[in-house]
Amino acid sequence: MDTLLIHLLNSLLYASVLFLIAGGLSLIYGVMRIVNLAHGNLYAFGAYTTAWAVGRILGGAPDASLALYALLPVGAVAAAALGAILEPTLLRPLYKRSEEYQLLITFGLLLILEDLMRLIWGPYPLSVSALYEGLGSLTIGESIYPTYNLIVIVVGAAAAAGLWAFIYRTQFGVVLRATSQNMRMASALGVNVNRVYVEAFTLGCFMAGLGGAIVVPQQGAVLGMGVDALILAFVVVVIGGLGSLEGALIGALMVGIVREFGITFFPEIELAVLYLMAAVVLLVRPAGLLGRA
Amino acid sequence: MSVNAVSPSRLLAVVAPVFLILVVLPYVIDPYQTVLLSYGLIFAIAALGFNLLLGYTGLLSFGHSAYFGMGAYAVAFVVKYLKIQSMEVFLLAGILCSALVAALFGLVCVRYTRIFFGILTLALSQVLWSLVYKFFWVTGGSDGLRVPTPTLLGGTVKMAVGAGQDKLGFLSHRYYYYVLVIFCICVGVMWLIVHSPFGKALQAIRDNETRAEFVGVQVWHYRWVAFLISGSFTGLAGALWVPLNGLTTPDILHWTFSGEIVFFTVLGGFGTFAGPIVGAVVFNYLKTFAVGYTVYWQMLLGVVLVVLVLVLPAGIVGTASRLGLRFRRAEAT
Amino acid sequence: MSILKTEKLTKYFGDTHAVDHVDFTVAEGEVLALIGSNGAGKTTLVNLISGLIPPDSGQVIFKDADITAASIHRKIELGIARSFQLVNLFDKLTTLDNLALAIFSREGKTRRLFRVSDADAAVRQEALEVLHQFGLEPKARMMAGGLSQGERKLLDVAVAYALRPKLLFLDEPTSGVSTREKAPIMDIITSVVRSGRITAVIIEHDMDVVFTYCPRIVAMHQGTILADGTPEQIRSNEQVTANLLGTQTHR
Repeated sequence: MDTLLIHLLNSLLYASVLFLIAGGLSLIYGVMRIVNLAHGNLYAFGAYTTAWAVGRILGGAPDASLALYALLPVGAVAAAALGAILEPTLLRPLYKRSEEYQLLITFGLLLILEDLMRLIWGPYPLSVSALYEGLGSLTIGESIYPTYNLIVIVVGAAAAAGLWAFIYRTQFGVVLRATSQNMRMASALGVNVNRVYVEAFTLGCFMAGLGGAIVVPQQGAVLGMGVDALILAFVVVVIGGLGSLEGALIGALMVGIVREFGITFFPEIELAVLYLMAAVVLLVRPAGLLGRA
Repeated sequence: MSVNAVSPSRLLAVVAPVFLILVVLPYVIDPYQTVLLSYGLIFAIAALGFNLLLGYTGLLSFGHSAYFGMGAYAVAFVVKYLKIQSMEVFLLAGILCSALVAALFGLVCVRYTRIFFGILTLALSQVLWSLVYKFFWVTGGSDGLRVPTPTLLGGTVKMAVGAGQDKLGFLSHRYYYYVLVIFCICVGVMWLIVHSPFGKALQAIRDNETRAEFVGVQVWHYRWVAFLISGSFTGLAGALWVPLNGLTTPDILHWTFSGEIVFFTVLGGFGTFAGPIVGAVVFNYLKTFAVGYTVYWQMLLGVVLVVLVLVLPAGIVGTASRLGLRFRRAEAT
Repeated sequence: MSILKTEKLTKYFGDTHAVDHVDFTVAEGEVLALIGSNGAGKTTLVNLISGLIPPDSGQVIFKDADITAASIHRKIELGIARSFQLVNLFDKLTTLDNLALAIFSREGKTRRLFRVSDADAAVRQEALEVLHQFGLEPKARMMAGGLSQGERKLLDVAVAYALRPKLLFLDEPTSGVSTREKAPIMDIITSVVRSGRITAVIIEHDMDVVFTYCPRIVAMHQGTILADGTPEQIRSNEQVTANLLGTQTHR
């Protein structure tokens, strides 16, 4: 029974991180109608920045003081800052052009960021496992489970709730929704669309960076994690629908559960099962379960 | 295409000297350079295939490495399991296998446009990559599979074996001309296709999907056929590539190679017929230079791509033809 | 003899009845106008009939055959074609190519991969003739994206016409065009339609155009047909004047 619980917790863990990445992607698409192929790299950037910052302060000391956990979000902030710079410089000039150019430029960005991270942090993985082990573990039945994983799940849930509140309960959220539904109308009503766009993009990047930041104690930061995350995020939004946060949540949960139980029983074909799931959804409901493509 | 119908005499005036140069080249430059150019011509064939989808049908694929790789691995399997060394069999196998994969992947991808299409092509090619990586007992895994020098023209043209063996000499002469002939055939066939009623239908789909539907063109059927042709051309290129490289590894199926195909097509200009050819050849030289210069050449690629999109979206050939048009207009007044 | 009949054709967008149980009949050879204020359902009705969107309920019957669920391709094969309100052309192809494509498609020649399209003399000839009928022949080699608005509107209609349809829907063929260009455009359209014995349904907002060129007028309002008759009958219909004509500036 507790193995089932552990599997469930692992699914939620995976889903949490996936939700942050895919949710960011979906949010950006929902508001701006663009897909950032470099989105996974922002997740990776968040992971690397956090690992580096914590690592420097930790200085090799084995014990992690609680204050360091507060430093985790630095990756999210860094990713957000990067996003805030990228949108006006690289994306805004292309809104009037056909979609291919947006995809091409974000692909170029993907190539740049991949190598940039290698340039800054080298080809070897960065890890901050001290933070992971520092919280110890809980006993669940006859098994033990790392406490840190629960933190990740809590953060993911809090992010989902916070985001929902932000979008449906705040003034900015109203503006965001209006702009996403009808950009021209919103603009005619006096909304500064450029500002909304950069804010939405920054928020999306923040989410991706946060995903990287909270997962890095568990997984470490490694080159190539960006593109792997991108593909998984795409599977999530295919299932949940591009542009829908609820869809990203449901998609993330489904992917998390299927992957966890898939790995347990058929370790070889874990990715294939996910792609199969995505393919089935695409064939049956092309816009995703909750999408509005 | 944005370029108006070029008069046959002007076309010949450009093509003939280029062709002559290509024919004469192995006698003028050293063998290593000829081999380098062969790679360029092979990538040009891949680019031609790729651009049928992008430039003419409006579909940006991020997974064309799948077909190139399929062509390459088909050749490797023919060598490994059938013990055949005939280039013609290689080509046939390469085209058939890549066409099969393209047909399958196309069925899934062409129902969707733009963003989803791009995502799907990327994801599917990554699946193929991971399968080839995982089933190492069949595919050789990360070590890949070796492919020896093939015999050309039904076994009549061989590399000398034993003491007189000269692989470089073979590759830089007989193999180069073989590639050149196939390159010319590919250019001719693709030119015919894009200027045919089918090609016009594809361009109509690119320009206005709804209207194409309302002119009686069944959009997703035509897209699928274009996908099939595109994959086959790229697979043919893969089959030509392997003997030159001597080896095929999973790297050729990885999305980074798909990215290179996208890059050199955009570099040359995806809005023209010749753009992808020029872009592929230029890129080949650029990459050879850049890889020797810095380990961060992927970043260099990315920067150039960003600059291209922002400043020179028509690519080399596209921009040149625009400038040429302006020059001719100025001359006329 | 009715060439087209819709029975209780319905389409909802959320709560709105865009087209509400409409019974619409068109006789063979007619030229009729479909009028109504914005949102009355005219374009939606045409979209339902031509196959751009599926209806929620009801039937579309073309010459005694039920085509409600038929694909766009099938409907074109049967002889239904349309032009668009927002001009829908292939901007990066020449005017001639735009038209030739319709002919190639009609003839089933778009499957041809290995023959240069320009070499097909029969198609070129026909394309040039149609362009001539529409006054577009001088612009044959120009990119469709470079034509004037009036020329683009005409080309849009010409492309639909080149499919040799039996029933042609024209969605606001003179919208966005200056007043003095409207009459020549309508003259060309009506002469082409009459000589080809094509049944034409024209969505129009300009009442001058409607009253001058269309012997039968169907007025829609909020998804249903309000009135159906000759220009005199429509002009004297109080409901129509209240709902529709009152909001039109009579030029």
